[in-house]
Amino acid sequence: MRRLLFILPVLGFVVLLGVFFAGLGRDPRALPSAFIGKPLPAFATAPVRPGDQGLANTDFDRGEPVLLNVFASWCGPCRVEHPVLMRLRQQGVTIHGLDWKETAPAGLKWLTDQGDPYTRVGNDESGRTGIEFGVAGVPETFVIDKKGKVRYRHVGALTPDDWERKIGPLMEQLRKES
Amino acid sequence: MRRLLSLAVAVALLASPAAAVNPDEQLADPALEARALKLSKALRCVVCQNQSIDDSDATLARDLRIILRERILAGDTDKQAVDHLVARYGSFVQLDPPMRLDTMALWFGPLAVLLVGGIGAAVYMRGRSPARAGALTPDEEAELAEMLKSEEAR
Repeated sequence: MRRLLFILPVLGFVVLLGVFFAGLGRDPRALPSAFIGKPLPAFATAPVRPGDQGLANTDFDRGEPVLLNVFASWCGPCRVEHPVLMRLRQQGVTIHGLDWKETAPAGLKWLTDQGDPYTRVGNDESGRTGIEFGVAGVPETFVIDKKGKVRYRHVGALTPDDWERKIGPLMEQLRKES
Repeated sequence: MRRLLSLAVAVALLASPAAAVNPDEQLADPALEARALKLSKALRCVVCQNQSIDDSDATLARDLRIILRERILAGDTDKQAVDHLVARYGSFVQLDPPMRLDTMALWFGPLAVLLVGGIGAAVYMRGRSPARAGALTPDEEAELAEMLKSEEAR
């Protein structure tokens, strides 16, 4: 009994050490969305591509899981993740885009220069549409299920590793959901 | 000279950091603006994380300050205005965490550690106290006498 009392603080210390050590590797920006399990709020945005129909919340419950990628041409990490998005598009993944806090012509120039991975893409010049569903910066990528509900939020550039470990398997799982 | 210097330091310490709220964001009604200012000091800038939206120069913080003022102008109560942002960014935007089931560890964790530590320390201290310095038993008395006797014999 006496010995146990001595071990207890040591045990507590080791547990705390473990918790803090695990915390070291975590990205403090990677916060869960307040919309997990909920549909996106109602929104409609102007098109980026001339003559196009922009992006609205009603584009998301079309019976297949999709990615919603928030991007901007002024954003460095967006340049990093762009080839990944292009490759996913080629693999048949549906990606919708929200062009955040810049004019539609600036967004269009980005898509013309870099390639356009988006099925639907809307312009959010004021940034208010993104703020409606908790966007804190670009890039951010949301995984939306078949019924239009937000299932996952990825903050920062989407790397091939992120896709293979987390988002790809999640999309696969969502595809199987009824 | 020395006195003047300490006075200067004291005055410098009195200065409070200027708020980032820009004149064009402020509400015309001073009462409403005061409410907005108070609320924005307790809301976290989600980009910079450890600054309030009032302190931050980030563009998103500016957007949130404006949205907050729009809500207040639209007649929201303080709670409704804050809830509007919490609904979008989660309770992470509140610099003052609300007391809920999932924040219990945050609120009472330190107290629990203090309590456990205190009890542990108390038990340890009691074990060490010289409480057993009482009278000798007859056996010990005899042993002591024996020892003293053999000492004398030397």
